[in-house]
Amino acid sequence: MNALLPYLIAAVALIALGLRALLLHRDTLRRLLAINVLGAGVFMILIAAARRADGLPPDPVPHALVLTGIVVAVAATALGLALDRAVNSAATDDDRRPDAGNRGDDNPGDAGRDHAS
Amino acid sequence: MLPDIWLPIAPIALPLALALVSLVWPRRGFVLAVGGAGLLLAIALAALVATHDGTLAQNLAPTLGGWPTVLGVGLRLDLLSALFLSLTAGVGLAVVVYAQSYFRAAQARAFWPMWWLLVTALNTLFLAADLFNVYVALELLGLAAVGLSALAGSREALAAALRYLLVGLLGSLLYLLAVALLYLQYGALDIATIAARIEADAPLVGLALVLASAGLIYKAALYPLHFWLPGAHASAAAPVSAALSALVIKAAWYLLMRLWLELFPAASSAPLLPGLALLGAAGVLYGSWRALRAPRLKLLAAWSSVAQLGYLFLGLAMLLALPPGPAFDTLFGGLLLFALGHGLAKAGLFLAAGSLLHRLGHDRIDAFDGLAHRLPATAFAISIAGVALIGLPPSGAFLGKWLMLETAFAAGDVWIVLVIGVGTLLAGAYVFRVIGQLFSATAADATDVGPVAPPALHKFHVAGEEVPALLLGLAATLLLGLGAAPLWDWLS
Repeated sequence: MNALLPYLIAAVALIALGLRALLLHRDTLRRLLAINVLGAGVFMILIAAARRADGLPPDPVPHALVLTGIVVAVAATALGLALDRAVNSAATDDDRRPDAGNRGDDNPGDAGRDHAS
Repeated sequence: MLPDIWLPIAPIALPLALALVSLVWPRRGFVLAVGGAGLLLAIALAALVATHDGTLAQNLAPTLGGWPTVLGVGLRLDLLSALFLSLTAGVGLAVVVYAQSYFRAAQARAFWPMWWLLVTALNTLFLAADLFNVYVALELLGLAAVGLSALAGSREALAAALRYLLVGLLGSLLYLLAVALLYLQYGALDIATIAARIEADAPLVGLALVLASAGLIYKAALYPLHFWLPGAHASAAAPVSAALSALVIKAAWYLLMRLWLELFPAASSAPLLPGLALLGAAGVLYGSWRALRAPRLKLLAAWSSVAQLGYLFLGLAMLLALPPGPAFDTLFGGLLLFALGHGLAKAGLFLAAGSLLHRLGHDRIDAFDGLAHRLPATAFAISIAGVALIGLPPSGAFLGKWLMLETAFAAGDVWIVLVIGVGTLLAGAYVFRVIGQLFSATAADATDVGPVAPPALHKFHVAGEEVPALLLGLAATLLLGLGAAPLWDWLS
């Protein structure tokens, strides 16, 4: 366990940093980055978990898991960035056509109030 | 007949294949979807028949590709997974039929591939036998659900989809962190393998339990982590809202239930149960209250989901506190009925709300005056789905609530009885608020509508898109309520 300790401490630090940024920031780009930092912390634990007794090669299973996790993280980040762009361009559309987005007149306030709390 | 080995494989392979085919051949999307959804329902019912006597519980777990357990993708089919496969297939068929008349051609082309990926992810989650496959399924489910909820295209729908993505990612990462800790401790991912070795006092088990539960509770929208749900579910397109509320949040609940029942030892989860019950109760009361105050029907349906998930978590906490035995089996059956009933009824309600939105251009409840004359089938679908949401007899939810009350009485938990009573009254109030508006005929409305739209023409015209909601409501109320007896035979 002692050989793992530096990795685990680093992982906990990354997770804490990611969580803190995710909770504190409203900006989408910062929050996506925070998710990625948090993910890196989780992957660090999995990479450390691959260690076996001295002299044995590392366990390949957790490394395969991390690879899958990275693929998922890249895809999710890309989707998040694309959605953020779509939200922003939809916003400018709505500015030009004031009647475009009035179907759910009560909804943004309702959802937004809860979200802010 | 296919050999039994295909029963856990087909529900994953078929929708995955359909996702790819409808991506390259979008114009046949609807034909493929109806055929595929019908086939999936047949497979799910075959799985239900094959597992109902318990013989197929674990021995069907195939190790695909000939890999040993550590590396292979294990699948497990039992009664519990077969029930949720059937719910997904039933709601799926209704949504698919409805979606064809709901979406414009361009939206439909984007809908079919994402829809089938969503079904693939749901079925994988219900069948997965190892913790990491569950993670992959959770992420695929989250990504497909986000894509689907962005389909509506409005700015609020896109913003809600983005928020939903971040919620989903945080939830899955907390879950993955729990998986990593369990791997660190036990060097295994297979649920049965870990369950055989796990001990309540091992150093990382408690932490893993808390992290996995927190991640899944976030995804299941249990109070106070529900804040993302009303916006996401109310602003998505109606067929998507139906799937999100009926199936996607339920998948997180299903997974949590399986982990608490099968993986984590009772001794480590026992201290958390009172807290879980309290959050469930808070969800019931707050969700019902907000549903009562909601100005729009889809928002009402979304808040009602927060309340119904509250019941499911309250019931789960009560179930886990019981020792194994007849009382446990009875409540377990009631809880499953409640979950299935809510899935069918809420999907029906969202589809009916979509029909109203389509016809009126809005879904403001205050402006529903006398709509029952123009859209009788939809008004009936809302009423009968409402019966199941309140938990009136003969719905499955009635049996579920009754058994929860019985357990609470037996344990002397008066406060749970009170919460269920108040929650049911609030549900009655919010459902009858909608029904009252639908069936009240004001003079202004009657003169307004009469000459423009002859009733006979309307009935004929809307029948097709109204049918799925009607069937879902009827299934939730009559099929589950009156046909529930075999469930307890199977469970015990």
